This record gives sequence, C-alpha cells and structure tokens, in this order.
Amino acid sequence: MSCIFRYFPPMKMAFLLIIGLLVLFVIRLCYVLFHLQEKPLKALKSRSVLAVAGSGGHTTEIVRLLSSLPSTFRPHSYVVATSDKMSVTKIESFESTEGSENKFTLYKIPRSREVSQSWGSTIITTFHACLASFPIMWKSRPDILLCNGPGTCIPLCIVALIYKVLGICATDIVFVESMCRVTTMSLSGKILYPFANRFYVQWPQLLQQYPNAIYLGGRLV
Amino acid sequence: MSLLFLILIDNSVSFRTTEICFMSVFVTVGTTSFDELTELVTSEPILKILETKSYSSLLVQYGRGHHQVKECNTAGLKINGYRYKDSISGDITNADLVISHAGAGTCLEVLGARKPLVVVVNEKLMDNHQFELAKQLHQDGHLLYCTCSTLGSTLSEMDLQSLEPLPAPKTNKFGEDLTLHFQL
Repeated sequence: MSCIFRYFPPMKMAFLLIIGLLVLFVIRLCYVLFHLQEKPLKALKSRSVLAVAGSGGHTTEIVRLLSSLPSTFRPHSYVVATSDKMSVTKIESFESTEGSENKFTLYKIPRSREVSQSWGSTIITTFHACLASFPIMWKSRPDILLCNGPGTCIPLCIVALIYKVLGICATDIVFVESMCRVTTMSLSGKILYPFANRFYVQWPQLLQQYPNAIYLGGRLV
Repeated sequence: MSLLFLILIDNSVSFRTTEICFMSVFVTVGTTSFDELTELVTSEPILKILETKSYSSLLVQYGRGHHQVKECNTAGLKINGYRYKDSISGDITNADLVISHAGAGTCLEVLGARKPLVVVVNEKLMDNHQFELAKQLHQDGHLLYCTCSTLGSTLSEMDLQSLEPLPAPKTNKFGEDLTLHFQL
C-alpha cells in the first residue's frame, strides 16, 4: 500500500481527503442525533409537511393525523408508492374536503419492500427507493416528514438525515406508530426510533420498550 | 334494519299490528383471502345459528378468496356476495351484525359506525400483527373475538348488548402537541 502512495501522491491526498470528509460527516451526524429532541430554534409562520402514504390503513391514518393539524402546517405534499392507487384516491378525497385553495403535491416512489418479499432482494429495492428519494427530498425540502410505518418511509428518512447532516435542509422526522401496533413495534418504528425528532405511540404498552416515545393518553386515529 | 308493520283485521274488526324485523349480517375480509371464513359462514350449521338469532340476510365480501359467494336462499337466509367495492361503509351501515377478519382498518370502521362486531382470526396468519388490535379491543370489551373453529359457539352465545362503544380518538391532541413543539 505504501509503494502506491510513493509513486502516486495524488491518490494519497484523495484518500486522506475522503477519510477527512467521512470523519466530518460522522461528527456532524453525532451532533444532529444529539440535538434531535430539541425544539426548533427558528420560529416560522408555517411548516410544510411531507406525508408518506402506505398500503392498508396507513394512508387512512396519515390523512386523519393531517386533519388534526392547523392550517399553519401547510403546504401538504405526499409520497406514494408507484403501485398504490388507493392511497391517491384517499389523499385527493381528503384534500378536496380541506378547501380548493390548498394546493398539494404528489410524489411517486418505488416500493422499498412488498409484503413477504425476501430480505435479500429487499436490500436492492430499498437502495433503488433511496436513489429515488434524493430528488424528491431535494424538490420538496419539507420542514416535517410525517410517517406512520410503511416501508416506503425508510429511504425518505435516510435521505432526510443525510441532507440534514450536509446542511441541505433541516427536515424534522415525525413518526407516529400505527394504532394497530399495541404490544409490538413495526420494523420501520424500530429503525426510526433513534432518528425521529418526535416519536408517538398510540398504546401505553409500547412505552415499556420505547421509553422515549410520546404517548398522548390514547389512540390518535 | 327495516321494520314492516302488518295491520291485520280479524273477524271481530279489531286491529292487530305485528312488527317484523329483517336483520342482516355483513361478512367482510377486506383485501385478504379468507376462504375458511367465507365457506364457514355460508355453511348450514352457521346459517342455522344466524336464523335462530333472527337474521334473515347475509352479505359476504370475499376479497381475494377463491370461494365466491353467489346469490341464493339457504336455511331461511337470503345470501349474496361480492369481491370488492370502492367503499363498504354502506354495507356496514345497513348491517345489524358484522363478522370480519382481524383487519385494523375494518375494526375501526365498523366500531366507528357503532355496529356489533365479531372478529374471526385467521389462524394461518399467526404472525400477522393485526391480531394485536383486535385482541386489545376485545379485552377492552368493544368486540367479540374468535377463530373459525369457535365461530359457531361465539355466535350462539353472543350478547351484543354487553359490548362497549369505542371511544373517539384523541386526534386533536396530536395537533396540539405538534403545534406546541414547532411553536406555530
């Protein structure tokens, strides 16, 4: 290895630069994670929300959560898996009841994992979904990323964290565990528990396993 | 439920009124395949139990199942079925009893419509987390909970009056908490 550096100094410089950038990235990541639970410093007039839709009851829950937010939590945008037509219908129906002056945006993303998909191929499909998340998060740059458990939210949260570390946007991750999770956490919940700014559970039993989660006294949807 | 009042005039020119109730059962499996339930619920033993409980019609939404429920009259019940609809809320509203799979969304939709609910757990999906909610709602007294093998006895012995209505969710607390945190 040392003879390569003797004959190719630029490579040594590039190697040191990469190591230096990685160290800086890790330091910045630790700083971001350390300050996760704090209230935002900036007082804004409104905060945009990017909500992640999902199959089953996930979109129904997300839409009900959004309906409880005042109009200062606008504009709304949504990320929907490409194969999920039912969620688009639910979202359009919800937004039409919210008032025609409110515009919303729909982004499509490949699914990270289908039900019962093998874990080996899941790595590939999740990576593919991560790549698709970069332009979505770049265009959207929401103040809040709201998710409640579908696998679709993982790549978006990973990219949101990367962008936060790089200073591209300051998206806060708000995770609300699905109300059908009474005694066990979803896989997305387990993954995002250390990284979410606000982590809500809807049943008190989950507080035993996740003591830093927020329980507001009952079901939220 | 529809009420039919018959006014009968007998020889002594007195009027008698008789109230006839047509109670209906709605069975739903959502987007799942649950042939064991749809076949069971249209079988003679279960239909007989429903008939003794004064149910006169049965509508089955059979989802992805192979067993298709066709229109017929069996054991004193009018039976019909379909695969999917855009929304089953109308069929839930028209039912006097709902029998469903352990789908969280279905449970909440039926309980939100204040209808009595019997949840049948699909034992072939034992690792399905959706059992958790149905089990908890059963423990809290909001619905009845059984398997295909115990559906008959559950229906025979059910006391729907003992079921507690589901309290409304605290959705506004989420909005308040987030508003406070984000200082809006």
